[in-house]
Amino acid sequence: MSAYNFAYLDEQTKRMIRRSILKAVAIPGYQVPFGSREMPLSYGWGTGGVQVTAGVIGPDDVLKVIDQGADDTTNAVSIRRFFARMTGVKTTTRTEDATLIQTRHRIPETPLRAGQIVVFQVPIPEPLRWLEPREAETRKMHALEEYGVMHVRLYEDITQHGRVATAYDYPVRVNGRYIMRPSPIPKFDNPKLDRSPALLLFGAGREKRIYAVPPWTPVKSLDFEDHPFTIEKWDQPCGVCGSRDSFLDEVIVDDKGGRLLVCSDTDYCERRREDQR
Amino acid sequence: MYVAVKGGEQAIGNAHSLLAEARRGDPETPEISLAQIDGQLALAVDRVMCEGSLHDRELASLAIKQARGDLFEAIFLLRAYRTTLPRFGTTEPLDTASMTIRRRISATFKDVPGGQILGPTFDYTHRLLDFDLAESGGAPAAPVAEGAPQMDGPVASMPRVVDLLDREGLIQVEEPDPGTAPVDDLTREPLRFPASRALRLQNLARGDEGFLLSLGYSTQRGYGRNHPFAGEIRLGEVDVEMVPAELGFPIAIGAITVTECEMVNQFRGSATVPAQFTRGYGLAFGEAERKAMVMALVDRALRCRELGEEPGSPAQDEEFVLYHSDNVEASGFVQHLKLPHYVDFQSELVLVRTLRAQADAAPHE
Repeated sequence: MSAYNFAYLDEQTKRMIRRSILKAVAIPGYQVPFGSREMPLSYGWGTGGVQVTAGVIGPDDVLKVIDQGADDTTNAVSIRRFFARMTGVKTTTRTEDATLIQTRHRIPETPLRAGQIVVFQVPIPEPLRWLEPREAETRKMHALEEYGVMHVRLYEDITQHGRVATAYDYPVRVNGRYIMRPSPIPKFDNPKLDRSPALLLFGAGREKRIYAVPPWTPVKSLDFEDHPFTIEKWDQPCGVCGSRDSFLDEVIVDDKGGRLLVCSDTDYCERRREDQR
Repeated sequence: MYVAVKGGEQAIGNAHSLLAEARRGDPETPEISLAQIDGQLALAVDRVMCEGSLHDRELASLAIKQARGDLFEAIFLLRAYRTTLPRFGTTEPLDTASMTIRRRISATFKDVPGGQILGPTFDYTHRLLDFDLAESGGAPAAPVAEGAPQMDGPVASMPRVVDLLDREGLIQVEEPDPGTAPVDDLTREPLRFPASRALRLQNLARGDEGFLLSLGYSTQRGYGRNHPFAGEIRLGEVDVEMVPAELGFPIAIGAITVTECEMVNQFRGSATVPAQFTRGYGLAFGEAERKAMVMALVDRALRCRELGEEPGSPAQDEEFVLYHSDNVEASGFVQHLKLPHYVDFQSELVLVRTLRAQADAAPHE
């Protein structure tokens, strides 16, 4: 693909993206506006993540791409192929072999390590958006640390449902300062954000924002002392590998409502099965 | 036994082959050429160039062919190509007063210097399906008026109608931006609010015609009413000029077809400004009269703040309009719902089951 520059974007654009990433790393959880470009894949399909990945990828990187925790979902395949064509880098499905992981909706079960970069695809970066639709307002609220409405919303959930009724994209506070959307990962994955050894980068292409959680940064899921944050639990293990600690997807196996629970992280599940053989 | 779904890569490849076959249609029918699309589906090409923000008829025709006639998809293809192009510089502002006019009408004056020129328009056609068109056959050549302007002939400047009002001070004065600061560029910088008028106009120029049409229409029905008159609509060819650094003076690098619309809107005046007319402006590549008109309507609606009007309608809401006008963004985000969401859905399932179990366990009133 000599008609295109390494990683598709021209060097000026990559520099602009890297500058935005540096700023994002310097102010953890702050949404940095950037000159998001039109990409050859649809908005909403990972254009932000793809631009961040294109901004940081080098010829020695080993890339893993997952969607819903799986390496072989169609959009993950499509993005991995895009970078394989545009950079020629090695790709992998093994979490620990990857230096760069682009993900949609999950954080791998295998613990991340220092030196790895995880790039999240973000549809709506603004955690206050459902409470205040206006960007000019929400930017002001972040600047003034005016987060009362968010706590009121969580409190209202508790009074109404007895618990916080948010299952994914559960808001977090980064480094004791900015409230951030972790992208639509299940709240099950939120604890993995806290003091992660890996650099976590978030790209929202359509909304033109980049934000970051640098390694070892404290990330706290919002809660109350008497209603501490909890994560999803299943009363059965994974029907394939038997894991009791991973996020399980429900698969409908017949037309009588029969269900099977399996790990959403396909790499994790397969490796456990290999180990059992 | 459940087996994790494999073979996404092969499925994608096969889907694309199927698409290519469907695109070609019946192989017994001659394949459509880019020249045919350019010449006979010219207005589709215009729309794709306009909303794709790239003036290239051949590439737009290719995009339409590749997209099987889906103009949103064609616009997207053109945009994605456009981002890869280097920038050589910025042109001089177009001088639409020196346009080679093909159509020019004003709804505000019965006659205007230069006259009313109907040009190639659907207006006043009876919308009766022309069954003769179903058979191929040439169209009779249109008669040529004496003294009609020629593309390569000398261009007689035709003053804009709205400038006539300007001389009387009856219309809001358009002040050019002070100094020589570079114009904001929507495609390089993220949108920020409040947006400059230049940014707003760029956004509207590439905005979805259908979305803007409905918004413009809503202003006519009372949602942010501003009493528009079509001051002037003109269609024709204008020279595009650039000043190469090594020359230091402007040279024409080509001519493009544009449609321009200037709306004249009523304004009752405020505490500081006497009653006068105000303006809305629309400009689009090619023959795109509807687009230019709705752009002007929405531009005027978005100027409510500078005119001291109380914004309260969708068309006056800058964030609402500018964030939702782009059909490449909108179409992508709506269609991303097709992507798997089973993880989030699973989280919701767990939550809904928990909430229901809790409700069942609670003593009934």
